Amino acid sequence: MKKQKGNKQFWILDCRFWIKSKIKNLKSKIGSGTAGWFLSIGLIGYIGLTCALVLYFPQSVLAFLLFEASLLLIYYVPLSRRTKLAFAAIVLIALMPVLGVVNGYYLEVAIQVGIFVALALGLNIVVGFVGLLNLGFVAFYAIGAYLWAIFGSPQANQFLPGGYFPLAPAWFFAFLLLSIVIGALTGALLGLPVLRLRGDYLAIVTLGFAEVVRALVNNLDKPINLTNGPRGITPIQRPPLFFGSLLETFGLQLDAAALYPLYFYFLVLVMALVVILVTRRLENSPVGRAWKAVREDEIAAAAMGIPVVRMKLLAFAVGASFASAIGVLFAAKQVFINPESFTFMESIGVLAMVILGGMGSVPGAILGATAVTILNLQLLKGLSLWLNALRQSGIVIFLPLLGSYDLTQIPAQFEPAKYERMIFGLILMLMMIFRPQGILPPRRQSRGGSTGSPSRGKSREN
Amino acid sequence: MALLEVRGVTKRFGGLLALDGVDLHLEEGMIASLIGPNGAGKTTLFHILTGLYRPDGGEMRFEEHSLAGLSPHRIAKLGICRTFQNIRVFGQMTALENVLVGMHARIEFRLWEVLFGTARLCAREKENEARAAEFLKIVGLESKALEWAQHLSYGDQRRLEIARALASAPRLLLLDEPTAGMNTSEAQALMALLKGLVGKYVQSILLIEHNMRVVMGISDRVTVLDYGERIAEGSPAEVRRNPRVIEAYLGRGQWGVHA
Repeated sequence: MKKQKGNKQFWILDCRFWIKSKIKNLKSKIGSGTAGWFLSIGLIGYIGLTCALVLYFPQSVLAFLLFEASLLLIYYVPLSRRTKLAFAAIVLIALMPVLGVVNGYYLEVAIQVGIFVALALGLNIVVGFVGLLNLGFVAFYAIGAYLWAIFGSPQANQFLPGGYFPLAPAWFFAFLLLSIVIGALTGALLGLPVLRLRGDYLAIVTLGFAEVVRALVNNLDKPINLTNGPRGITPIQRPPLFFGSLLETFGLQLDAAALYPLYFYFLVLVMALVVILVTRRLENSPVGRAWKAVREDEIAAAAMGIPVVRMKLLAFAVGASFASAIGVLFAAKQVFINPESFTFMESIGVLAMVILGGMGSVPGAILGATAVTILNLQLLKGLSLWLNALRQSGIVIFLPLLGSYDLTQIPAQFEPAKYERMIFGLILMLMMIFRPQGILPPRRQSRGGSTGSPSRGKSREN
Repeated sequence: MALLEVRGVTKRFGGLLALDGVDLHLEEGMIASLIGPNGAGKTTLFHILTGLYRPDGGEMRFEEHSLAGLSPHRIAKLGICRTFQNIRVFGQMTALENVLVGMHARIEFRLWEVLFGTARLCAREKENEARAAEFLKIVGLESKALEWAQHLSYGDQRRLEIARALASAPRLLLLDEPTAGMNTSEAQALMALLKGLVGKYVQSILLIEHNMRVVMGISDRVTVLDYGERIAEGSPAEVRRNPRVIEAYLGRGQWGVHA
């Protein structure tokens, strides 16, 4: 009996090997041959089809989700790097804005995704690369947001004489740069006292830091009104539309209301790309290696000549500067901010994105941020809308044996949007049980060799 | 000139006197061993030499530098590198990356170079990788360069640690039980490897070892610690005959008879 079972398992293994070898074959065939062309055409077909779907059903969440999935498809398709980048550029630069004009909400989703991608990548440096659990990441986001909110609105007149505020919109870009510096400084400042701490202790201190920042922002409306307290700050200047006249010469007439979302979309896109690029560069440099070494074994890293304290500070500073730069953009986009936007749950949310995607993996953090944001903004809301539609339809279902059920009786508590945190928690639990390394765990750098991922958890034994 | 000069190093853990005025003297071109029963303070001395522990007294000089109060990474930069008793490879990094981390102290780079990905940095990184591969070749791990370190076998991980330590271009290499868990032939091979390193890649090796065949076969000089005290020092033959060493290892005969 036992032997048979063993054989069966081997058969399954054989099957797996067979599939893997087939995929490998396929990959080797797709250099620039015909298969590559077929794949490209298929990809174009898919993108075109989903685009058409979104255009025909501008309100359909499903259509937009399918369109968004095209980016994931591009990531997985075995084509050359350049072709993939070209496809991604077309989707992000050309198609996305067009669809955004059709349904403004899509653009809002895309902007949110971009913001959270930058945040998740910043946190990924601290948590994923260096292995320092940071539960207060949102504090740096808040610092960046308030930096521009205070000086880019009349708020600063409350404590600075002269009435220079709000600053001109062009100052937005200066503050973007300034926020990188301020973010790095506050990151290093938080890092300095807590670097001796590890694991749980560090997590608690960072959590405390975030709460301190929130409490300060909430209460610094007296004795001097710095932050306007819980009432928040508004109106915050938006960046200047310096290209308005340029667009007019091309004959494009868009009013500011339609232009600003597009503008913010491209700003976020550029910032996210810069963040991705910087993260990638750091990861594949002596700095990234030193970070990972510190994560794996601090003592051994120090003994190998790595300045552990400096490396940790650098990680804190880089992560914080990403968050605070994107915070400036967030403030400008929202026009109104208050302390409610920077609660502990935000920190947890960003951390969950990093964990879901795969700690220490750049594609993982991007995917995690995208997936969670879309889940929150689209999937759950979409399901809620669908449920509402069902309720209002007044259909009565006849179930055998159970009698009839009037759909209008569906309680409002069933709305999935209200279960956001619960569904989120469930996903995280299932992930930890079935795929603890995340959806896209970090890969070995393959220089001619095969790729694979480490079995996370095993290494934590000692 | 002495490579390493340790005088009267003392270390207390609460009431326990782990090291009690230990002296150690190391010349260039030497393989020296540090032996002693469990808990004698051998690893503590290693930790002090590499800056992981602060000594409570005594002085240490490495070439012309005093090691007092230096942090571990500074000491590594000066040219002392070590392996660990309980293996400490960077598990979720490839073997090659492990060695590259070892080279960190010798790699020159500026942060702006990293951020802008300058061609110069890329070229140097290529060079570094080639050099790291050479170090892997020295210990015979060239075929496993792209394996995750945690997936390597126990003996390979020990060898990887040696390659990683060599990569930091140390003048003094400290090995904490390099042959632990190896069988006789593996231990012999490692001994041959270590002998080949001296003069070529490192000036001197100091090792902690329990395998007496290794110790006696390889060492120019043996230092014996017991209860934090140096009880003997000399050539392997001298140490082997020393009555205090015999006593420390085998215990005092009940009727005053030594084994």
